[in-house]
Amino acid sequence: MSKSVLILGALSDVGTALARRFAQSGHSVVVAARQTEAAQNLAADIAIRYGTAAKAVYFDALAYDSHADFWAQLSPQPDIVIAVFGYLGNQEEAARNFAEAQRIIHTNYTGAVSILNIAAQSMEQAKSGCIVGISSVAGERGRQSNYIYGSAKAAFTAYLSGLRNRLAHSGVHVLTVKPGFIATKMTEHLNLPPLLTASPQQVAEDIFRAVQRRRNVIYTLWMWRWIMLIIKLIPEGIFKRLKM
Amino acid sequence: MKTTLANWGNYPPVATTATSFADTETLRHTFETANELIIRGNGRCYGDSSLSDRCVVSSLKFDKIVAFDTQNGILTCQAGVTLADVLDVIVPKGWFLPVTPGTKFITVGGAVASDVHGKNHHVEGSFGQHVLWMDVFTGRGEIVRCSPAEHADLFAATCGGMGLTGAILTVCFRLKKIQTAYIRQRQVKARNLQEIIALFEQYKHATYSMAWIDCLKSGDGFGRSIMMSGEHAAADQLAGVPADKHLQLPPKMKLTVPFHFPEFVLNNLSVRAFNFLYYHKNYRRVMDSTVPYDGFFYPLDAIHHWNRMYGRSGFVQYQFVLPPAASERGLTDILQRIGKKGWGSFLAVLKLFGKQESLISFPMEGYTLALDFPVRKGLFEFLDELDRVVLDYGGRLYLTKDARMKPEVFKAGYPRLQEFLDIVRTYNPEGKFASLQSKRLLAGL
Ligand SMILES: Cc1cc2nc3c(=O)[nH]c(=O)nc-3n(C[C@H](O)[C@H](O)[C@H](O)COP(=O)(O)OP(=O)(O)OC[C@H]3O[C@@H](n4cnc5c(N)ncnc54)[C@H](O)[C@@H]3O)c2cc1C
Repeated sequence: MSKSVLILGALSDVGTALARRFAQSGHSVVVAARQTEAAQNLAADIAIRYGTAAKAVYFDALAYDSHADFWAQLSPQPDIVIAVFGYLGNQEEAARNFAEAQRIIHTNYTGAVSILNIAAQSMEQAKSGCIVGISSVAGERGRQSNYIYGSAKAAFTAYLSGLRNRLAHSGVHVLTVKPGFIATKMTEHLNLPPLLTASPQQVAEDIFRAVQRRRNVIYTLWMWRWIMLIIKLIPEGIFKRLKM
Repeated sequence: MKTTLANWGNYPPVATTATSFADTETLRHTFETANELIIRGNGRCYGDSSLSDRCVVSSLKFDKIVAFDTQNGILTCQAGVTLADVLDVIVPKGWFLPVTPGTKFITVGGAVASDVHGKNHHVEGSFGQHVLWMDVFTGRGEIVRCSPAEHADLFAATCGGMGLTGAILTVCFRLKKIQTAYIRQRQVKARNLQEIIALFEQYKHATYSMAWIDCLKSGDGFGRSIMMSGEHAAADQLAGVPADKHLQLPPKMKLTVPFHFPEFVLNNLSVRAFNFLYYHKNYRRVMDSTVPYDGFFYPLDAIHHWNRMYGRSGFVQYQFVLPPAASERGLTDILQRIGKKGWGSFLAVLKLFGKQESLISFPMEGYTLALDFPVRKGLFEFLDELDRVVLDYGGRLYLTKDARMKPEVFKAGYPRLQEFLDIVRTYNPEGKFASLQSKRLLAGL
């Protein structure tokens, strides 16, 4: 049976890779984003390449008031919802200027809570479904280089774990994804270590498999689990003096 | 942050800022912030056509197929889609690329910007001749739709214009109908140059033709070669393949060259051995077979990264075309000079072009030869010598393979250059779209 997937933030590199990966295995997809034309092009691309149903819808993570209507007009209701949208922002700017901090927090956390609350409600009633949240290893421990982003992702990780606990009782699957470095538009200007940097396609493949296997939390690439374990084990007294 | 980039010949490498775009807003932002930029597709040109030491903008994420009219065989896609992706979509529906180069790992934008030719140029022309319309983000920051009828000047200067009018965005082009994914191929051995040229004449009406030429043999066997011609197989010509598999390729393995070969592997001996084996693999003079399309069109794609065979200093490909009347003398002259030098090419491909009226595209009626030379001391001086020979016979060089020609050589080979430059100046007035190659070749023009 072909399932329907809703991708929130589908025009990000990972979002696009996910939309294509799920379509490739016969899922119908709804790509949601703010740029309508680019989203329509992506939907057309998916329909032509994979011969599955694909459609584009307008979605703005920060327009909380619109989220209930957004969800109500989806038909059919998606079997799988993936929240990929996020905003890395600029840490230095965010430390000086609250508007930037707010944008980081609201995009990565508040917006996600707003839409996923609605999805959770609906899936809980239906007693089936899957919610995937793309968090980040940056949420595991605050570091001077990106702690505003990291703190928003930490909150999102905690939200997802609570949601998993609640929805387990109605058979709804919640997957937390913690990517490390990914080679995307967002990181194009950074000098990332190639061995630790995943392609959007690799990340999409990992997520696709984790959904099939009903996993709870995955790291991608896998070695980030161990890297973060070490980073978490460094005593605070030492950690605070490191330049990370 | 600077990264080092090089194209297929691994020469020249350049330190540059690399970015990409997946939507036009991002491209506009890059255009507005960079003071000079060039679009890069999949980097399958050999030299510096898609390189800049300022800003190289990858189109590979601008890769959406936006419409496919399966009734009439018309595809509309963004410029960063590769021909490999296009083939995956169209072949199962009974359509094929109107023109394809010897690798499918190039983008549609790259196919237009180089106005690429295939084995069917003598009958079906170059890629640009099958484009119905395209959108170009010009050097004035405007998106302009052009076609042979609308903004025809921009259209002509963008086909083969090496990205100098601006970024090609969306391209709509015609496909060709096929019944199967197979080619009926004929291989014919020619003992020497006269014979191979006679064969091209004889096979003028074949849809596809090209020849591998052994450029090291002297004496009687000078110019010995194997010609390959082909036609798309019709459904009733495919014995042994079930009807529901006619439009599919059989699965096969991929080989990879995992690292750069040391230079010594490519001495004369190995080139001679390769050419000898290749020649004698065909034990009969004429051999017919039916083969999957990708083995026929893309034999080298099966060996990923074969360019690494040439070692770290890289290589250049030298491709020229000579007018028909001068072809035999010119080819003899050039092959003799190469033979004398003892710098035989691993790959030497000969092909006949049909007539083409073009502003800046490479193809014109006559014979074209493509040769690979590893970069080494004295090579560029030698190629300068060959350039003079090519010009003397009325020929010219292919920009997308070039990394070293001099401005005078370019100017002498392309008679409509001034007209091209006038159009480029209209659409790219500040020269914001510029490559290492355009700066080298257009200096002072
Ligand atoms: C093994 C092999 C076999 C080949 N065989 C043939 C052949 O048979 N016939 C033939 O004609 N060529 C052949 N080529 C050359 C190749 O087809 C061309 O160089 C082609 O243009 C490469 O496309 P690309 O997408 O890799 O673009 P790149 O190599 O990155 O760029 C090539 C040129 O196109 C421009 N460009 C690319 N995308 C855009 C865009 N969106 N907008 C504006 N400008 C753009 C670049 O600026 C540059 O000038 C071969 C190459 C290889 C490696």
